[in-house]
Parts: sequence; C-alpha cells; structure tokens
Amino acid sequence: MTEPVRRYDVLVVGAGPAGLAAARAAASHGARVGLVDAQPRAGGQVWRHDVRRGMPAMARRAFAALAAPGVDWLPGTQAVLAQPGWLLADGPRGALQLHYRALVLATGARELLLPFPGWTLPGVTGAGGAQALAKQGWPLRGKRVLVAGSGPLLLAAAATLRAHGAQLLGIHEQAPLHALRDFALRLPRWPGKALQALALRTRLAGVAYRAGSVVVAAHGDDVLREVEIDGPRGRARLACDQLAVGYGLVPDTGLAELLGCRLEAAGRHRRVAADALLRTSVDGVFAAGEALGIGGRDCARIEGAMAGHVAAGAEAPARALSARRRHARAFAGLLHETFALDPRIHALARPGTLVCRCEDVPLGALADLPDARDAKLASRCGMGACQGRICGTALAELGVCRPEASSDGGRRPPLFPVRLAALAESFTHDPQEKRP
Amino acid sequence: MKAFDLIVVGAGIVGAACAAAAAHEGLTVAVVEPGPVGGGSTAAAMGHLVAMDDDPAELALSAYSLRLWERYAMLPEIEFSRCGTLWVARDERELAAVPARIARLAGAGLRAERVDARQLYELEPQLAPGLAGGMRVPDEAVVYPPRMARHLLDQAGAAGAQAWLGRRVVELLEHGVRLDDGTRLAGPVLVATGVALPQLLPELPLYPRKGQLAITDRYPGLIRHQLLELGYADSAHGDAERSVAFNVQPRPTGQILVGSSRESGVADREVSLPLLWQMLQRTFAFLPILRGLQGIRIWTGLRPATPDGRPYLGPLPGRRDVWVAAGHEGLGVTTALGSARLIVDGLLGRVPAIDPAPYLPARMLGGAAA
Ligand SMILES: Cc1cc2nc3c(=O)[nH]c(=O)nc-3n(C[C@H](O)[C@H](O)[C@H](O)COP(=O)(O)OP(=O)(O)OC[C@H]3O[C@@H](n4cnc5c(N)ncnc54)[C@H](O)[C@@H]3O)c2cc1C
Ligand SMILES: Cc1cc2nc3c(=O)[nH]c(=O)nc-3n(C[C@H](O)[C@H](O)[C@H](O)COP(=O)(O)OP(=O)(O)OC[C@H]3O[C@@H](n4cnc5c(N)ncnc54)[C@H](O)[C@@H]3O)c2cc1C
Repeated sequence: MTEPVRRYDVLVVGAGPAGLAAARAAASHGARVGLVDAQPRAGGQVWRHDVRRGMPAMARRAFAALAAPGVDWLPGTQAVLAQPGWLLADGPRGALQLHYRALVLATGARELLLPFPGWTLPGVTGAGGAQALAKQGWPLRGKRVLVAGSGPLLLAAAATLRAHGAQLLGIHEQAPLHALRDFALRLPRWPGKALQALALRTRLAGVAYRAGSVVVAAHGDDVLREVEIDGPRGRARLACDQLAVGYGLVPDTGLAELLGCRLEAAGRHRRVAADALLRTSVDGVFAAGEALGIGGRDCARIEGAMAGHVAAGAEAPARALSARRRHARAFAGLLHETFALDPRIHALARPGTLVCRCEDVPLGALADLPDARDAKLASRCGMGACQGRICGTALAELGVCRPEASSDGGRRPPLFPVRLAALAESFTHDPQEKRP
Repeated sequence: MKAFDLIVVGAGIVGAACAAAAAHEGLTVAVVEPGPVGGGSTAAAMGHLVAMDDDPAELALSAYSLRLWERYAMLPEIEFSRCGTLWVARDERELAAVPARIARLAGAGLRAERVDARQLYELEPQLAPGLAGGMRVPDEAVVYPPRMARHLLDQAGAAGAQAWLGRRVVELLEHGVRLDDGTRLAGPVLVATGVALPQLLPELPLYPRKGQLAITDRYPGLIRHQLLELGYADSAHGDAERSVAFNVQPRPTGQILVGSSRESGVADREVSLPLLWQMLQRTFAFLPILRGLQGIRIWTGLRPATPDGRPYLGPLPGRRDVWVAAGHEGLGVTTALGSARLIVDGLLGRVPAIDPAPYLPARMLGGAAA
C-alpha cells in the first residue's frame, strides 16, 4: 500500500517547465521533494505528451528531474484543498495528505476563451485545447481547420495540428500587422525565441498567416459549418470543420488564492505577487512560471530553478539567475504589447451569447450586476463544474463583472471536481508521533 | 434628511421579506445593504423549506411561513422544487417516535405520513440497507435562497421601496440611521443584519453557528427527496460545540447538496476538514453511492443563532423606534415570510396570525423590558 500521508521539505505543484526545474533545483540541495501534476504525464502545456511525436531534447533533459534522487513524482494527482502546512490531493493512489515545509506553485496558465456568437458549437475549441487534443490522438486527418485568436500559441497550435494531418485553412491573428512588424524587429534580442518562431514558420510553410483578422461568428445548425471573419479586406465566410480559437493565456492562480497568497493585477487579470526571490505573501510559499504572469517556457524554467533553490534554503544560486530572469520577463512584456486585444473582440458577444457554458447563462443575464459574486448569486454564472474558471476569466477580460469584488476572496475549494470519498478521507492511521 | 415609515437594515432573505411586506402595506420603505442582495447567510443556505416541530414556537412560525411560501411556488427564478422531505429512521426506536411527530405537524396543519422500510426503499432506492423506515412530509420544498431575496427586494422596489445598495449602516441614531457615506435617513429602523446583529445592537445575545456544505456535479434522479435523519434535531438544537447530521438535498439542476454540520461560536469561513470528514462519513453511512460522486464545491456559512433557538422579531425595549428581525439560525429561509408578517403586523398594530410573544426581543433583556 502506498503511504497516504507524505512529508516533504519542498512540495512542487505543477510539472511543466517551471515545476520540473524547481524539483531538480531543490533536490540538488538534498531536499526531499514531492512533485505533483494533475496530468498523467509531466511536461505541462508546452511539453505535453504527444502520442505520435517525440519530445524535444530540452524537455527530455528537464524530465530527468522525475528520476532525480530525493524526488517523489506523483503524476495524475490533483492538489484540491489547502490546509495549514499541507495539501489534500487525489489521484490514482487515492487521497493523499502532502505535508511541506516549503511549497512551490508552478501551476502554469490557462487559455483565455472569449465568447462570440457560435462559440459553443461542436467543432469550436480553444487553440491550446485543440493542440492538446491533437497530441492525445484526436483524429484530424483531412479536416479543414482554422486557427484564430492571438499570440504565439497560435503558431504552436497550428504546427501541432498540421503535424497530425489537419488541413490548415489559415491562421488569423487579431493583432494588426504593424504590431507584428515591430515585434519581429525586436525579436533578435531574444535569439532563442527568434529561432523558435522561425522553426514554427518553416513547419507552417504555405499556411496563410493573416494579421488584424478576427473571428466574429461561427455558423452551423448543430455543428460548425462556417467561420465568419472580419479582416483588413472586410468580412468573409469560410467553410470549415474545426475552429481553434484562443486569445492568449491567463495565469492559473487557483491554488495561490486558496492559500491566501496576494495577487496583483496583470492587465485585466491577476497573477501571483512575489518578490525578487519568488517568495509570495504567504510564508514558505513560492511561485514560478506562468502563475507569476505569462512569460513563456524559458522564463518558466529559470523561475522554476530559482524557486526550487530558495525553497530548499539556497538563495545564492537563485540570485545568480536573477539577470536571466529579468531578460526573459522583458520578452514577456513585449508579447503583451504586441498581442494586446483589439476592442472589437470585447464587443463580439451578444446578449443571447452564452458566457457560462456549465450553467447556460447568456451575457444578457448579467446586465447591471456589478461583480462576479453578484452575477453568480443572481444568475448561477460560474456555479457549475468549472467553478468560473472559464467564464470568470472571460468576464474579467470583457470588463463585465469585476472579479476583485468577490466577497469569498476567490476561495473556491476544491480546485478541481473531486470524489466525495477523497474529501472524507480522515487519514486517521497517521499517528501524530510520526511527526518530525 | 429623507424620512421613511421604515428603514430596513440588511437585505438578506429576512430583511428583503420585511421590506416587501412593509412596502406592500403602503409604508414608505428604505433598504440598506452593503453587499450583494442575499449575499450573507442567505447565500450559504441549503434552501430547504421545512417545518421543525421540536419547539412549539418554531413549529408555529415555520408552519405559518410554509403556507405563505405557496404564493411563490410557481416562480421559476427561485427554483422552487417540491421534492418533499423524507426523514429517515435508523432503527425501531427512532421509528417509534414518528407518530408523535406526525401528530404535532398535523396540529400545525401540515401533512406527514409514516413510511415503513419497504416504502422507504421504494421512495429512495439508494439508501443504505438496514434502515427502519421514516416519515415523509410531501409538501415541503427546496428553493434557491439568494434569488428569493432578490425577488423580494424587487417586489419591495415595485411597491415604492428605495434601496441603498453598496451602503452600510454605521450608526443607529435617535430616530434613524447614518450610512457609511454620511447619508442620514430618518424613521423607525428594523435591524435585519443576521450574524452582524451585535455590531449595531450589542445588548442582544447572538452568535454564529458555522455550517459546511458540499455540492456535487449533476446526477439527475439519483435521489428524489430532501433526506434527513430523524436524529437531526439532536444535532440541530443540541448544545454540542460541534455536530454533524445526515442532510442531503436533490437540487433542481440534478446536483446533490450535502450537509450539514454545526460549529458554535466559530466566525471564520474556512473549510474545516475534520468536520467535513465526519459529515461525509455520516452521509455515506446513509447513502453509500455518494462516495463516488464528484464534489465541485465546498462552502461554509454562518447561522445567526440565539441562546433559545428562536429568532428576535419585534420592537427592542430601551431604544426608541428600533425593531429587530434576526437570529433565525438554521431556519431563516423557511421562516423569513412569516417573520416579515409578524413584524409588519406589529408595526401597524394589527393582531398577527400567530402569537408573537415567543419571539419578542424583550425576552432576552431580563427586567429591562419596557
Ligand atoms: C493550452 C496551452 C497550450 C500551450 N502551448 C504552448 C506551446 O505549444 N508552446 C509554448 O512555447 N508554450 C505553450 N504554452 C505556454 C506555456 O504555458 C508555457 O510556455 C510553459 O508551459 C509554462 O510553464 P509552466 O511550468 O509555468 O506551466 P505549465 O506548463 O502550464 O504547467 C503547469 C502544470 O501544473 C499543473 N497543475 C496546475 N494546478 C495544479 C494542481 N492544483 N494540482 C496538480 N497539478 C496542477 C498543470 O496540470 C500543468 O501541468 C501553452 C499554454 C497553454 C495554456
Ligand atoms: C450552511 C447553512 C445552511 C442553511 N440551510 C437552511 C435551510 O435549508 N433552510 C432554512 O430555512 N434556513 C437555512 N439556513 C439558515 C438561513 O440561511 C438563515 O437563517 C437566513 O439566511 C438568515 O437570513 P438573514 O436575512 O437574517 O441574514 P443574512 O442573509 O446574513 O442577511 C443579513 C444582511 O445584512 C447585511 N448587513 C450586515 N451588517 C449591515 C449593516 N451594518 N448595514 C446594512 N446591512 C448590513 C449583510 O450584508 C447581509 O446581507 C442555513 C444556514 C447555513 C449557514
């Protein structure tokens, strides 16, 4: 039987680039490290396991952390509840009590999905969502797929979709051409990024990339048939089987909020607030990667290593990484400028367009409700299985209901739907004497 | 300074009901509420409309209120669902108490029937084997309380009441209130601030009794009645610092709402895991199938409790023109409508439908009663 009560010096939540680097760095100091991820495989979003294609070399190196001495790797395990000094997690080993001295939040980002007429039709997904599905083996061969929305994720998603046999109709980026040109001119400051972008463009040779182009509606009776696009050359309708549309990423701050960590504004959304050594406002809790603001893979790796070092009590190696972190974060700043959303996008949803898919709440039902809690109580918006993760983020982006005003302080345990039996596990077989 | 016939402080379900009833009678009404309407205890409640028969006064008020609720049964937005209540007896001893309870409910005009073991499993096939039977109260229902509070406030507004939303009463004046932005309103005041009552009226004893609830994803048809153990009253009205009871509700959405726990004097809103464990274990003992269901949300709420378990409804001796409607503990959703009628009848000097004496705040003020 596996031990349901586990004690670590450093517990890392999230095994994307940030979490993997954190686990490795902490273990290098001899710390007992626990590493959990809700997904069955490590890699997070960017290195998500692909049923057909291999992992990049950088990912393979990062995965060495999983087998490092002192690292207890718990895949498929969701951290669902926070208690002082420990997290309740559930996974293939049943409910677990994960105690820690230091905790690293490497919980990454979620995709920003925004409502527009037709967005709930079968055949419409997020861009990152389509990419993840493709990697899981979703049949795409011969399907006409249109990729739209904003940000570098569109290129990555398109490349994966194409590699899995999709017939790409084009990539429709909402940012205007001049913004993309400025971006390209400044890219050489980050040679790694420039190479990545180039590599993606090569894999996408022959695919139209249109700037200043917005999906305004998806049409179809019961499934998607056509996508309506508003671009520099006016409106057009394109017949297609699949629309992958995402408007960038938003930090996943759910666990940080449960723990009571202070958040700060990041545009219309929020990120975990941390100091130069990645300490959050809660003692012993650190954060790294996208949870601190969207910064991309390289930023996540550097911050993960920093947080892992500091969590294990070694500040010097973390300080040594500070300059690289600043450089990587500057790139993130450039991304935000370039891919700032066109106000047209905020105005796409109509009063009848659903915003909360779990509870079927249309935008019109939220008129005159000042904040997200009001909206929830009056309309059930955000009360369903996703607990506002999707609609709450969309509403914050649209500026419809202020998220900050929530009087439940954003605390909505559990973080994921969880078996009631896991919540009822009392771990009584844990003798208190065993405590160090 | 604006003058009113009644200033209602707090728009939980109790304050909103009082405002609606007063405005309906033609009084000019002001309502002050700092947070979302129905965002206090009302938002945390299970929304079970139920008669509790262990205290005659509580029974009179809940039975009266249940009759008043019938007017709202057809209102789609409050999610009224007449699932009935099924009280479950674990053994013959508990079942033996059923006829007396049926008689007490009948005395208050409420229909209830004894259920033997066979009928129990016909009504709820998912119940654990070995239970003795129970009591069914077919007319009871569940609602979505915050929407009812909103509906009542809308009714009050339609009858001319004015709302100061986003504003808080910071002081009771000689004849009115002062708001946090300095505004003064003049007139008789009704304090309906739930667990916050002591902030404005420290002379009335009132303490929070925390409860925890968990709700699942949708499993339509899995259970059909609000299910409670017959031993519930022991938990609900016992003196134990902490207690749990089997109390499970089918929501109209197909979700299952799982209660209930009680913790006295605890004012924080954190989920307390040890109590959650006990509560769920208790639930599984009656409904083992719940073990495998996905829980999507756990929350806590504070019940405004008084030392004798009865609400404060009526004028407050020792203060001029100050009335109270608060302290409904775990039954305020049910009893809000009856409470509002008692208050308005009192204000207008009418003879109320039930005896108001057991609820008068004066009972707590000893010899000080004016
Ligand atoms: C859908 C999507 C697709 C993306 N695709 C690309 C791409 O192709 N190329 C690219 O360069 N960037 C991509 N990104 C950007 C990506 O977020 C970053 O480049 C990088 O992965 C960030 O690393 P991270 O470690 O901070 O977070 P992530 O890689 O997001 O890792 C966070 C991990 O934490 C886990 N987690 C979160 N909360 C919990 C919890 N409570 N319990 C247990 N586990 C938890 C998640 O399962 C996840 O695996 C994508 C992002 C998203 C959202
Ligand atoms: C877990 C739980 C389950 C429950 N289940 C049920 C059930 O199934 N059936 C049932 O009948 N009852 C149930 N109850 C009980 C019910 O919720 C309460 O009795 C009822 O909601 C009390 O209503 P209220 O209006 O007095 O209080 P509240 O809803 O708390 O309203 C008081 C209002 O006053 C406002 N306020 C506070 N201070 C000020 C101020 N200074 N100025 C202006 N406004 C102010 C607050 O913001 C608040 O909105 C349950 C309670 C809990 C906690």
